[in-house]
Amino acid sequence: MDGYPFTLAGAELTALASGALYWDARNLLCVSDLHLGKAERRARLGEPPLPPYETRDTLSRLENDLRQTGASTVICLGDSFDDSAAAAALPEAEKLWIAKLQAGRRWVWIEGNHDPGPVDLGGAHLAELPVPPLVFRHIARPGQSGEISGHYHPKVRLALRGRSLSRPAFLVDSNRVILPAYGTYTGGLYSHDEVLSTLMRQEALAILTGAMVHATPMPRQGTLRP
Amino acid sequence: MTPLPACFTDWFSARGWHLHPHQREMLARADAPATLLIAPTGGGKTLAGFLPTLVDLAEGPHAGLHTLYISPLKALAADIKRNLTAPVDEMGLAIRVEDRTGDTSAHAKRRQRADPPHILLTTPESLALMISYEDAPRIFAGLKRVVIDEIHALAESKRGDQLMLALSRLEALCPDLRRVGLSATVEDPPALARYLAHGENACDILLADPGPAPDIAMLEVSEPPPWSGGGAAYAIPAVLDQIKRHKTTLIFHNTRAQAEIFFHNLWLANEDDLPIAVHHGSLDRVQRARVEAAMTRGELRAIVCTGSLDLGIDWGDVDLVIQVGAPKNVKRLVQRIGRANHRYNAPSKALLVPANRFEVVECLAALEAVRAHDLDGEARGPGPRDVLCQHILIRACAGAFEAGVLYQEVAGVGAYAGLTRAEFDACLEFCATGGYALRAYDQWQRLVQRADGAWHLRDPRSARLIRMNIGTIQDSDTLKVRMKRARGGKPLGEVEEGFAATLSPGDTFLIGGQIVRFESLREMVVEVSRDAGRKPKIATFTGTKFATSTQLSERILALLAQPEWPDLPEVIRDWLHLQRRVSEMPKAGHLLVESFAHDGREKTCIYGFSGRNAQQTLGLLITNRMEELGLAPLGFVATDYATLIWGLEAVTDAAPLFDAASLRVGFESWLAGNAVMKRTFRASATIAGLIQRNIPSARKNGRQATMSSDILYDTLAKYDPGHLLLDITRQEAMRGLVDFGRIEEMLARVDGRITHRRLARVSPLAAPLFLEAGRTPVKGAAEERLLAEETARLMQAAGLTG
Repeated sequence: MDGYPFTLAGAELTALASGALYWDARNLLCVSDLHLGKAERRARLGEPPLPPYETRDTLSRLENDLRQTGASTVICLGDSFDDSAAAAALPEAEKLWIAKLQAGRRWVWIEGNHDPGPVDLGGAHLAELPVPPLVFRHIARPGQSGEISGHYHPKVRLALRGRSLSRPAFLVDSNRVILPAYGTYTGGLYSHDEVLSTLMRQEALAILTGAMVHATPMPRQGTLRP
Repeated sequence: MTPLPACFTDWFSARGWHLHPHQREMLARADAPATLLIAPTGGGKTLAGFLPTLVDLAEGPHAGLHTLYISPLKALAADIKRNLTAPVDEMGLAIRVEDRTGDTSAHAKRRQRADPPHILLTTPESLALMISYEDAPRIFAGLKRVVIDEIHALAESKRGDQLMLALSRLEALCPDLRRVGLSATVEDPPALARYLAHGENACDILLADPGPAPDIAMLEVSEPPPWSGGGAAYAIPAVLDQIKRHKTTLIFHNTRAQAEIFFHNLWLANEDDLPIAVHHGSLDRVQRARVEAAMTRGELRAIVCTGSLDLGIDWGDVDLVIQVGAPKNVKRLVQRIGRANHRYNAPSKALLVPANRFEVVECLAALEAVRAHDLDGEARGPGPRDVLCQHILIRACAGAFEAGVLYQEVAGVGAYAGLTRAEFDACLEFCATGGYALRAYDQWQRLVQRADGAWHLRDPRSARLIRMNIGTIQDSDTLKVRMKRARGGKPLGEVEEGFAATLSPGDTFLIGGQIVRFESLREMVVEVSRDAGRKPKIATFTGTKFATSTQLSERILALLAQPEWPDLPEVIRDWLHLQRRVSEMPKAGHLLVESFAHDGREKTCIYGFSGRNAQQTLGLLITNRMEELGLAPLGFVATDYATLIWGLEAVTDAAPLFDAASLRVGFESWLAGNAVMKRTFRASATIAGLIQRNIPSARKNGRQATMSSDILYDTLAKYDPGHLLLDITRQEAMRGLVDFGRIEEMLARVDGRITHRRLARVSPLAAPLFLEAGRTPVKGAAEERLLAEETARLMQAAGLTG
């Protein structure tokens, strides 16, 4: 399994090429911003009906990561559902699929801004979860350390001999990790953005996901490339 | 025949003007359902188009809108308004003329809806928006005539398809509508007439006197052109000399980058400080308007430009057109030449400047085609279904509709005459539910059917979104360029996002004729400062590249087949003779493939003469075949006439590479994942309304960019390969950037007659390809490898280790 190992607050973590974070010592898998049911919500709002396959695509990738890691704890780091109604409207087959993934595991839904309330699915629902020395929450808080969060859907753009390439990425520094969005229908925010450049320390790394992981100094505000 | 009212004859004779025969003829045909007027620039086309309207309105009062004028350019609508208002005022006619474009204020637009003028000047997009209003029947009540300007240009694009669909809607609202199309010279007037006609109605064609034949030649330069490239720097002194000898010169280029580089070099050589300007589509609108105004005042001696000046305001003072680089397309060349000398009955004067040696051959072939009046043009094929999908959504915004009635309206449009009911229903289904194999969220359909069978929008909020996204123009992802100042400096223009991404602070590039230094990127604006240097580090952004047309390619092959070339300069003759001696000349009906070792690599050159886009696609497909056959290709480069591939293993038998069946499989499967296909998909998905360019600002959180269309493409390809939009994408890929149609055409033409020459060294015709820019590395594992190298380098540079 391809991954980039690093240490945060003494915890040895691995950024997986799929966009999931694995904590071997706790046998814990963390994914962020699944945005399940996004196509349904968009259609409900009168927007164009997107191809209704994103939930099964996201779940099949999650199933694959669970099979590879054999994780006994799963933390979904918020915005797991595009909104609470989208969670309720998931087709029965997809609810059953989630139940099957949950079987025999501890499963935690962290609240996100899209899905603040509890959903009618198994697992625990928490505003945030401390697992010393780390804490799992949806949106990063300045000044915290040992913090695992999501929300921003970070991505990184690099120029490669005349062409440019953009990939979702983990942002990592000595205080925190920001996870890329795991859901199939998710856009992203470039690491150049002011918010991310302010939040992350100067020496932050970006770990690009995709077919393989690649670590690079995080591209920052003011440049299109480091 | 309708006599000209006295006020008109007085007005004309006061100016010493006479009506041209075709203007008189247009008046005589005022009642024909459709008329196509083909006239050279300067022939008074616009007046010919408006004369029946002005006369009708002069003779009696008319309530509401009488005539709709549609032009592809906003600027043209504003210009026509000025040109019409003058005679209307001077003749004392009670005719209200107004324009309505994207630039018109919301207040004026509201007033125009409540109380339309007699003559409304607009663009296809603004018209599409107007027919989406529920009160469209009231706005257009009484409309008698539609005048479509520059119809030859509109007919080549989806904007024209959208316009014709909108007209079919107007036709339903105003059954006695008369159509007039105004066109420059085209290769197939009857085809354009069929495009303009409505349903079974015939469309008359009126050919104005084309005027004297143009005076066209190749620019004589003492120095021979270089082996490759598009800069034409060698010709600068000769071009400057021509500018001095003429009043006003338009210098056309095929790409914006070439125009910028040429302008820069011209300016450095411009020791007499002649007033010269540059004009192209990437420059800021204000800058462009300034150049146009200076041109109108006759203050400029030359404008270096691109297709941005192919259409537009007539400038009477232009007495020379110079085309730099091979024209690629004979029809466009003829239309550009027509921009010179807008005085009727005076020959237009034009000079061609080949940018490299092969272009000398191409320019000569184009010259011969112009003299033989042999214009080229690709048949456009059936009306695109993505545009139809948008039309269905626009129709739904205006109120409930019957599917059968709308189908009849659409089938009355020339381009959609062959559309079957099943195809129409598939588009309607796409608009209503998304048309997915998996039926999902049915209760949230975008369009729903009432009990009486009529379709309407489920959620009225959708109408706003649909209206915000009307149009078929694809703006590529561009970033604005500004001078860096404390409070937002002067806007200079735009560059492509991909180009911006390759810039590092301190890099210099050309824009608007000046060298600027890249400083930073702030909120998706490229901030630059002036640079005193004389040489930009990076040329500039790419812009559109035209492919040489099929007809011109055939003429080039015929020219190459001649035993001798008395009309070509000696250096070119020697080069071609050498090719004959060392290898052989590419021939029509055969495919020449050369292989040779060079620089420690195995090279293969394929002379397909299929145009740049198809040769590029051929490179992708053939290298994929070579990969399968274990020939280890490393990369390729394509021009309009050939593709050069390099790799590790020698190609000993070329025939298996060109097996038509496997190439087609490659197109269907392997190429399906390629970036150009994804770009084609994005365009169609945007037009069809699946992806939105614009969303209400209230819902834009600005932080999380919308998801990439590539995700939708990959999802559909994986879960719903039979989906309508993928079908449309495959159809679109037969032309345009992928241009697979021309590969099919080449394979059919060649029919297995492949001549493969193993040579001891580089052949003369292949040599220039070694100098071409724009090499494509073979993808796949290569991309991850490049990424690994780059990230490792960056980590090391930052003193970090992975």
